[in-house]
Amino acid sequence: MNQYTDRRYVFAVAIILVGLVFMIRLFQIQVIDKSYEQYALSNAQSVRVIYPARGLIYDRRGEIMVYNKAAYDIMITPRLLEPFDTTELCEILKITRESAIERLNSAKAYSRRVPSVFMKQVSYENAALFQEKMYQFQGFYVQTRTLREYTDSIASHALGYVGEVDQAILDSVPYYQLGDYIGVSGVEKAYEEHLRGQKGKTVFLKDVHNQTIESYQGGRLDETVEVGKNLTTTLDMELQAYGEKLMSPYVGSVVALEPSTGEVLALVSAPTYSPDLLVGRNLGVEFGKLAIDTLNPLFNRALMAQYPPGSTFKTIMALIGLQEKVISTRTEHHCYYGFYVGNIHTGCHLHETPLDLIEAIQNSCNTYFINVLKSILQDVKYTSTAEAYDNWRRHLRSMGFTEPLGIEMTNELNGNVPPASYFNRIYGENHWNYLTIRSLAIGQGELLVTPIQMANMTATIANRGFYIAPHLVKEIEGEDDIDDKYREKHFTTVDTSNYGPIVDGMDLVINGGPGSTARNARIEGITVCGKTGTAENPHGNDHSIFIAFAPKEDPKIAIAVYVENQGFGTTYAAPIASLMIEKYLTREVKRTWYENWVMQLIQPVAPVVKKNNISNDGTEE
Amino acid sequence: MVQRNSVFANLDWVSILLWMVMIGFGWMNIYSANIMEADNGIFDFSQRFGKQLIWIGASLLLAMLMLVLDAKFYIHFSYLLYILLLGILLGVLVFGREINGAKSWFVVGGFQLQPSEFAKAITALALANLLTSHSYNIKKFWHLVKALSIIAVPPMLILLQPDLGSVLVYSAFILVLFREGFSANVMLMLAALGLLFVTSLLLDKALILLFLIIITLIIYMVVARSVKKGLVNGLIIAMVFGVLYGINYLLKTEFSLFLIGLAALVPVALVITVKGMRLREYAQMKILVGLIVSIVFIISMDLAMNKVLKPHQQHRIYVTLGIEDDPQGVGYNVNQSKIAIGSGGFSGKGYLQGTQTKLHFVPEQSTDFIFCTVGEEWGFLGTSFVILLYLGFLLRMIFLAERQRSSFSRIFGYGFISVMLIHFIVNIGMTIGLMPVIGIPLPFFSYGGSSLWTFTMFLFIFLRLDASRLELLR
Repeated sequence: MNQYTDRRYVFAVAIILVGLVFMIRLFQIQVIDKSYEQYALSNAQSVRVIYPARGLIYDRRGEIMVYNKAAYDIMITPRLLEPFDTTELCEILKITRESAIERLNSAKAYSRRVPSVFMKQVSYENAALFQEKMYQFQGFYVQTRTLREYTDSIASHALGYVGEVDQAILDSVPYYQLGDYIGVSGVEKAYEEHLRGQKGKTVFLKDVHNQTIESYQGGRLDETVEVGKNLTTTLDMELQAYGEKLMSPYVGSVVALEPSTGEVLALVSAPTYSPDLLVGRNLGVEFGKLAIDTLNPLFNRALMAQYPPGSTFKTIMALIGLQEKVISTRTEHHCYYGFYVGNIHTGCHLHETPLDLIEAIQNSCNTYFINVLKSILQDVKYTSTAEAYDNWRRHLRSMGFTEPLGIEMTNELNGNVPPASYFNRIYGENHWNYLTIRSLAIGQGELLVTPIQMANMTATIANRGFYIAPHLVKEIEGEDDIDDKYREKHFTTVDTSNYGPIVDGMDLVINGGPGSTARNARIEGITVCGKTGTAENPHGNDHSIFIAFAPKEDPKIAIAVYVENQGFGTTYAAPIASLMIEKYLTREVKRTWYENWVMQLIQPVAPVVKKNNISNDGTEE
Repeated sequence: MVQRNSVFANLDWVSILLWMVMIGFGWMNIYSANIMEADNGIFDFSQRFGKQLIWIGASLLLAMLMLVLDAKFYIHFSYLLYILLLGILLGVLVFGREINGAKSWFVVGGFQLQPSEFAKAITALALANLLTSHSYNIKKFWHLVKALSIIAVPPMLILLQPDLGSVLVYSAFILVLFREGFSANVMLMLAALGLLFVTSLLLDKALILLFLIIITLIIYMVVARSVKKGLVNGLIIAMVFGVLYGINYLLKTEFSLFLIGLAALVPVALVITVKGMRLREYAQMKILVGLIVSIVFIISMDLAMNKVLKPHQQHRIYVTLGIEDDPQGVGYNVNQSKIAIGSGGFSGKGYLQGTQTKLHFVPEQSTDFIFCTVGEEWGFLGTSFVILLYLGFLLRMIFLAERQRSSFSRIFGYGFISVMLIHFIVNIGMTIGLMPVIGIPLPFFSYGGSSLWTFTMFLFIFLRLDASRLELLR
């Protein structure tokens, strides 16, 4: 027998070891490592994406606002490239050789397999020419996309714009691929899922020569393209355009609402920009220009600017006073050029005295409303100023002052109504009273609101006690109704019966006799109710503010106008509001001279209002 | 009751069953890999699956023939067959047809035959005959040389063709020698040389030299039982190196570090040699010889890589060793192969459902890369099945070989086992990226008549010998 019989075990063990190594390796590449499946898919599948047309946007009267135009992207798959005539390519696409090489290299750097954009938004003529000669350029193809077009260059802040998806979205939402478009702001962003539709795709099998063999698995993986849903916005295109026109010389904001529904009729933030700028391949450049503009046109003042409401807030003071039963319509206060306690002084302008509540609103008397605040905060129902203050704040909360109202746009900001704890912290507990915070009574001091909150406040008064959250979309194609939250009535903590006197006061502001602060907002045949305001501005001229709604009975429009640095509310804000109301209710403006004057196209003639009738708010000490 | 002289009663039916399973499953995968091209039924002889049916039919006849012949025929005619084989190999060099850059095919009618395939079985016969010849002792140097010559001559003729894969297969016969008593130390040394080969490709020559010197010094310290002596020698080498390096730098002669390192070794080597000769102490000299052999090996490897191997072969080796990465070029085959196998997942895409193999992403998908089809369509379950099938088969062969009373039968059996094993390791190893891409088929699986017939012949000669195990004593 052979003495090396034991060596058989060396063989057996070696064979088993080899098998074991192979099986471990196979387990690793077949079971653990999933990446090979992806490679296999990209090897054998050729996916052609079909991009849906984005939904159209209409205004409330069915006029088209936003539609699409076709754009042609030249796509490239580096792996499939074959030598081609660079000069000819450059000629067709009108680019330089260097640019072509740079584009090629960046596509290669991105991926050799996955198609990427070689050149964005080529003109129809160039794309057609390219398509004709495409057989010479293996690895290229033309992808049709849609770009936004606007019937009128308005409402850029409300509509928002569409841009390419960024990395954060690519990472978090699997739907999007590099180079896809997405609503970046405004309605485009808020209703992205409706507007974008659903991308479709057809999947083909291809072989190693990249020849399409057949529909993959009989089209089982194909997805049909779904066109984007059309939207009807609440905006009134004409009113929006008119508001932007009137505001064009100014910095500020106009928000017009339909009180009964909370629908936004116009949302103006001035200065604005043309939505056409932020479309297509110039988006980046134009956005950059807008971003460094010192007037900050990208800033949506209607939703984000926090302003003191000024005297317009006196309406709210009156409402809360009545509700808390600390005043009545017959409550009178004397005023001699202001409010004096000891050495504390808040100025007021010349008007008759004493005034009752309605007259105080009509004349916008500072002294009167500081006294209202005093009555509210010294109410015996409450043990401390702080408690009374928080109760006052509770009413404001019910009117939507303490939180963003919830319009579709995510950038909406909140105003500022500090809680009692804030004053406790500043002045110390029980070391403050109505005198300390008296500027709140006249809409100054810590109090800040956004223009849309001011418009909502106006709508609440117009509705005599409730509001519906402002919103921009009226109808979505294919949906029964818009979001429930835009149907819900928010009743305020002030009873409907208490609104009557305030509405009467606001009527008199415009339609009253001498002492009315905004008789220049009067419209022939329409009972407009309003309230002026002037916000002190430590940085420059005062801000001009006006809120109004009309008609008095069954109001159709509530509006808030805020014009920065233009002085008294009556001067520019009131005429702008008045013209907007006229435009909306009668659909034409007869007072063209007034329009021209507002837009400072004609030299200012003497204002309609006498000097001593202008409210002069909040001159402290 | 055992029938001593009945072939069929003594046949190992387990092996035959495993053989049938391998051929059957192999054919299924060849069918799947080619089904896209046409669909005229499985007997479409213009297609590979159709042709393979012919090869299988023929191999059945061949198997019968092998069984019908007397066991003693293989023993007595082994040298004659071997000489005949050498003639054929020479013939193919002259009259053969060149396919894929290798002149290794005879074309008869529409069929192509690759004689180098059959050479394996016949070499195994001749080797068995030699090792069992009277008074043969593998421990004797010239006897070993004879055995190595029998192994080496056919691949040398094949190398002229040239076909690296076949040459590699013949190196497997060293395993047979190992089973028959070839020194385990030499086997270890061969393994060490293999390791040296791989590292010589991966690392700079000068660096390897440094490692070799360090290892040699350590061995020297162990043998001489003195750390001090080792350190002194090391220090001398380092100092000489330093001086030479400085001269080289000053004279700007630009000799490579490797050459300077070699020169630095000379003084120490001379001293050891002279001392060793005088004192007749050969232990230290043996270590020195080991070092010199290693150095010569590195240099010759370097020459072989750059002069003998063709650029594409060099690339394949480099890619496998991870020195080069080129998924579109040389690495393409391996990459596509791994994608196909990897995409199969645990249970595969289903029979005939593979996309990678069918759409020709995998090259040579029915011959050398047939395992990809298994991996893609049958998944991990399928690949495990194939590997276990081979494992079972090879272990069965070991069992059969070890139950022979006749050394001839055993040696022939181990010849078969070794060749099967190297095919198995290289073929599957290359499809999963563990081995360089060397085109050798997967026995019984891959498409191709020559390979199928060779292994069938191999197996059935062995089974015929096994069936006579009770009669054969030599």
